[in-house]
Amino acid sequence: MIEIRDVTKSYGSNAVVDRVSMTLPAGGLTSIIGPNGAGKSTLLSIVSRLMPMDGGQVLVDGLDVSRTAGDVLARRLSIMRQDNHITARLSVRDLVTFGRYPYSKGRLTAIDVEHIDRSIAYVGLKAFEHRFLDELSGGQRQRAFIAMVLCQDTDYMLFDEPLNNLDMKHAVETMKLLRRLADDFAKTVVVVLHDINFASAYSDRIVAMRDGKLAFEGAPKDMIEPSRLQAIFDVDCRVHAVGETRLVNYFE
Amino acid sequence: MKPLLIAIPFILLLAVISVLTGVGSLASGLGGDGRGWLLIVESRVPRTLALMLAGTGLAVAGTIMQMLARNRFVEPSTAGTAESAALGMLLTMIFAPALPVAAKMAVAALTALAGTALFLKILRQIPLRSALMVPLVGIMLGGVISAVTTFIAYRYDMTQSMGAWISGDFSGVLRGRYELLWIALVLTLIAYVTAARFTVIGMGEDIARNVGLDYNKVVTLGLGIVSMVTATVVATVGMVPFLGLIVPNVISLVVGDNLRRTLPLIAATGAGLVLACDIVGRIVIAPYEIPVGTVMGVIGSVVFLYLLLSRRAHAG
Repeated sequence: MIEIRDVTKSYGSNAVVDRVSMTLPAGGLTSIIGPNGAGKSTLLSIVSRLMPMDGGQVLVDGLDVSRTAGDVLARRLSIMRQDNHITARLSVRDLVTFGRYPYSKGRLTAIDVEHIDRSIAYVGLKAFEHRFLDELSGGQRQRAFIAMVLCQDTDYMLFDEPLNNLDMKHAVETMKLLRRLADDFAKTVVVVLHDINFASAYSDRIVAMRDGKLAFEGAPKDMIEPSRLQAIFDVDCRVHAVGETRLVNYFE
Repeated sequence: MKPLLIAIPFILLLAVISVLTGVGSLASGLGGDGRGWLLIVESRVPRTLALMLAGTGLAVAGTIMQMLARNRFVEPSTAGTAESAALGMLLTMIFAPALPVAAKMAVAALTALAGTALFLKILRQIPLRSALMVPLVGIMLGGVISAVTTFIAYRYDMTQSMGAWISGDFSGVLRGRYELLWIALVLTLIAYVTAARFTVIGMGEDIARNVGLDYNKVVTLGLGIVSMVTATVVATVGMVPFLGLIVPNVISLVVGDNLRRTLPLIAATGAGLVLACDIVGRIVIAPYEIPVGTVMGVIGSVVFLYLLLSRRAHAG
């Protein structure tokens, strides 16, 4: 369980995250949605201790992220940021191997190697494992980073806009992969998403943020609803039920 | 491992050629009055060892620098490190000339550390981090520090010693005058043991923190290694520019950046390149010499330009 209590982050007088409190239960896939500048990525960075907070507290399974040793937390929680520009020239396998760093500190055991092989195979990059990252397509590179998080094998996995720059096919593949992490491996997956329909189709829970505050949270069937979407995004839209899934038409 | 197996015999060959190259005749003395041996033991072997140690240290220092700054174009001579070390040497020469060389070197290491930390701090303040801006900032910072150093040196009539630190020259290496360079080898070994950490740092602060690394601690360790290597080289034989730039870049192109794997190769190639440049410098205008720094400067600037132009597309 991730407990976020009164978390605040401001730049000057502008509060990017404004006293947000929420609880993300263990298990399942939670999407965080909201307009640009709502504070979604900032909140994710704070939860994963990449960014210090100005006030408040975040507990991951009771561990205070500001106080817990880096490598202890790295075995509980991992994050994939949206901007994964790496200057170092590493192969896919090298990259995924560093997902084991919290356990191995650079000296691999047989268990580490097993995790590495499994993660690479899981994202379908076995044939590319010795390629350098700068020799891959955007979708393949994204999957390599997912494999790294996978290899880190933490209970909590956070993804900041993992669908950025992906075409339709790779976006769907990526979301299915994240869904399987929750279903097959009982991981707690938290994803910042821009595409409301992906959030609707793949989430167990949706959290909506606006102006640095928590706006709404709930199951997709409660969240994907015209008046709420209007309140979150300022956009008029219609919602259609297609089978079990509610799809949002905001084009007309 | 394979490229390393190819590199090692090649470097041993260069080392042998290096020992055999020179004005003094070895043949006359070997069997006779022992002067040839004296030459080898007192001058030739120390010179060859000094070259290899400096080459190894600077290549590894350059690699670590590039991981810390996350930029391909930095090395101790494009980040203000070497200039800061020279400033430190100058200050000890003026204010504490009686200090032993090792103590002077320690002071130089401290100033080098301060200068490089300043460089990294400036980089963090610059919002626009184009790949080309980074070495430009470093070269400018080095220029400013160098100007201060020159001004002081001029005031105290010490511009000549300054030249010795800034431009690498191994012609003065004798037994008893280069041994501090072994420190560079120790530092290289430390870098090798901690190599995985520097690779992770090279992947960026977020990824480093994500896998639980204490970012600031590793940066401090890296700065320490870079500064001490640079200071030992500056204090004993003088800075060899571009070496820390060429070697890591070439190795990176061929085998990548997983330092655990590449660092031995970088170290070996660094030693080989300095040996080769020094041999060229000794042969071209024999019986006179061109300092190795000059030869490296010529080769280095060409390779630097090539790297700038060819990697521009995906370096930013």
